[in-house]
Amino acid sequence: MSKVILKVEDLRTSFFTRKGEVKAVDGVSFYVREGETFGIVGESGCGKTVTGLSILRLLPEPGGQIVGGKIIMDGTNLLELDKKEMRAYRGKVISMILQDPMSSLNPVYPIGDQIAEAVRLHQGLRDEMVQQEVISALRLLQIPTPEVILGDYPFQLSGGMRQRVVGAIAMSCHPRLLIADEPTTALDATIQAQYIALFKDVQKKTNVSIIFITHDFGVVANMCHRVAVMYAGKIVETASTSTIFKSPRHPYTSALIKSVPRLDRKDKRLYSIKGQPPSLLDLPPGCRFFPRCPMAKNVCREQEPPEVEVGDGHSVSCWGVK
Amino acid sequence: MTGAVKITNGGDIRGGARRTSIFLQWTFFIPAVVLLLLVIMAIFAPVLAPYPYDQIAMSDRLMPPFFAEGGSTDHVLGTDLIGRDVLSRVIYGARISLSVALLVILITASIGTVLGIIAGYLGGRTDAFLMRFTDISLAFPAILIALLFAASIGPGYWTVVIAISLLGWAPFARLIRGEALKLREADFVAQARIIGTSPLRIMVRHIFPNIINPLIIMVTLSVGMIILTEAILSFLGAGIPPPAASWGNMVNDGRSLIDVAWWISTFPGLAIGLVVLAGNFLGDWLRDKMDPRLRQI
Repeated sequence: MSKVILKVEDLRTSFFTRKGEVKAVDGVSFYVREGETFGIVGESGCGKTVTGLSILRLLPEPGGQIVGGKIIMDGTNLLELDKKEMRAYRGKVISMILQDPMSSLNPVYPIGDQIAEAVRLHQGLRDEMVQQEVISALRLLQIPTPEVILGDYPFQLSGGMRQRVVGAIAMSCHPRLLIADEPTTALDATIQAQYIALFKDVQKKTNVSIIFITHDFGVVANMCHRVAVMYAGKIVETASTSTIFKSPRHPYTSALIKSVPRLDRKDKRLYSIKGQPPSLLDLPPGCRFFPRCPMAKNVCREQEPPEVEVGDGHSVSCWGVK
Repeated sequence: MTGAVKITNGGDIRGGARRTSIFLQWTFFIPAVVLLLLVIMAIFAPVLAPYPYDQIAMSDRLMPPFFAEGGSTDHVLGTDLIGRDVLSRVIYGARISLSVALLVILITASIGTVLGIIAGYLGGRTDAFLMRFTDISLAFPAILIALLFAASIGPGYWTVVIAISLLGWAPFARLIRGEALKLREADFVAQARIIGTSPLRIMVRHIFPNIINPLIIMVTLSVGMIILTEAILSFLGAGIPPPAASWGNMVNDGRSLIDVAWWISTFPGLAIGLVVLAGNFLGDWLRDKMDPRLRQI
């Protein structure tokens, strides 16, 4: 088994607002191995994106702050680096693709310049070499005729193409970890499938590790090796993709999987989880899923469930699991 | 742009050849030509002016323009109280009035842009401090402060330039700050941060190029304002001292003689009006052109 390159331990990220402290990420731990795709799944507002941004230390300011934990990349705790050292990690070691890659390109520069910016920043190459790196990044993302497209402005490209260019920027400095924050959400289904295939191809060629943030279990099944399910700022269950689908142990995980529409079963109504996630300003003392949980017990109301290892690489935080 | 990648675009069939020539649009063409002619006039003043601006001819005092009764084509726009040729002085006056406008714009737009981008992008305390400073500057009556400054330093060309610039940067700073604030949240700025771009580089390379449009519009609109302010300062005696001709001090010279020799004030006044109008038209045209919502109509 390949080695672990990223280890996140008890990460806590809060937003300090006028109403109080919003614990967007509250004690999240996971690791990512070299060359694997790790999925983070959960509904909107559960802290997936904030987790991703915390790894790069790019939280929205003012307000966003990492209040505790460790983020260890190749033995270095990123939270101990100063601003300049951290900048050297961004793009070069860890890169990210945003939720809406369509608007991630600067409208006033040709795309070649935008990829070159990243290359120049981290690799200190001469111009001809930069050009070559740019073209190879575009090739990696399977962009046809990169030499021609180089001079195009973002508005001259189609949506799918722009998305690949954003991927090329992210991959241009050969990062070891790529955080992809719902990159497929803005795409229609056919392009989505293409894009996922493209990601897999990029990963095969570069052995990059990917943290794939999504709310779509279909994408998880296609893309990820291991998955963490997040709920209200905490990871409730971590397991390999096949285990999650075959034997989910947390009631929230099974509820989520049940809510995915399926063509092969003729259910009358699509399953939905009753109620709403708790406010992150005012969390219940016990299990966060307790108010919506079909299997809630008394202990769930009073105490937070500990994380229990239930199988090989499969851990769950639920009182119902023994 | 810093060190662009050499780009070879194989046979560009995309951009170009779809918009009509801007020279067919009169709202652009007329003000642009007017401003261009005035600039040429200013540059070639010694060649174009029939007389030196300070040549006194006591025998030809208060001659009316050629089309009025008693006028002559020797002094096409007439002469002033001490027999100086009004046309020559209007032509020379363009030098001072237009160069003051240009200098003041360079100074105020640069200061305003730098402060605006820093405040808007960095936000937080920097923003609060710079913007309160801007608000204070905006709260003062600009003309009075300029007048106070000019009066205490003593009139002169550079006094006028500095006096107008003193508070003139504030509207620029406020506008640019708003734009930068908007762009700060743009995804491409986030993307730049993700690849490790430094804040300075983001401001220079990603924010600045995207605020050039509103900046150009603001510049064209303030040309008129600056010339007017110079005229007001000169009119109030705190501007360009005689015998140098600026449009403002010419209007001032003719003020007391307006009922006997209307031409002394009128022609430089018209020149001021022309520049202000041309600047405003050009600014309006640019604003319409660069606003995508208006462009689609």
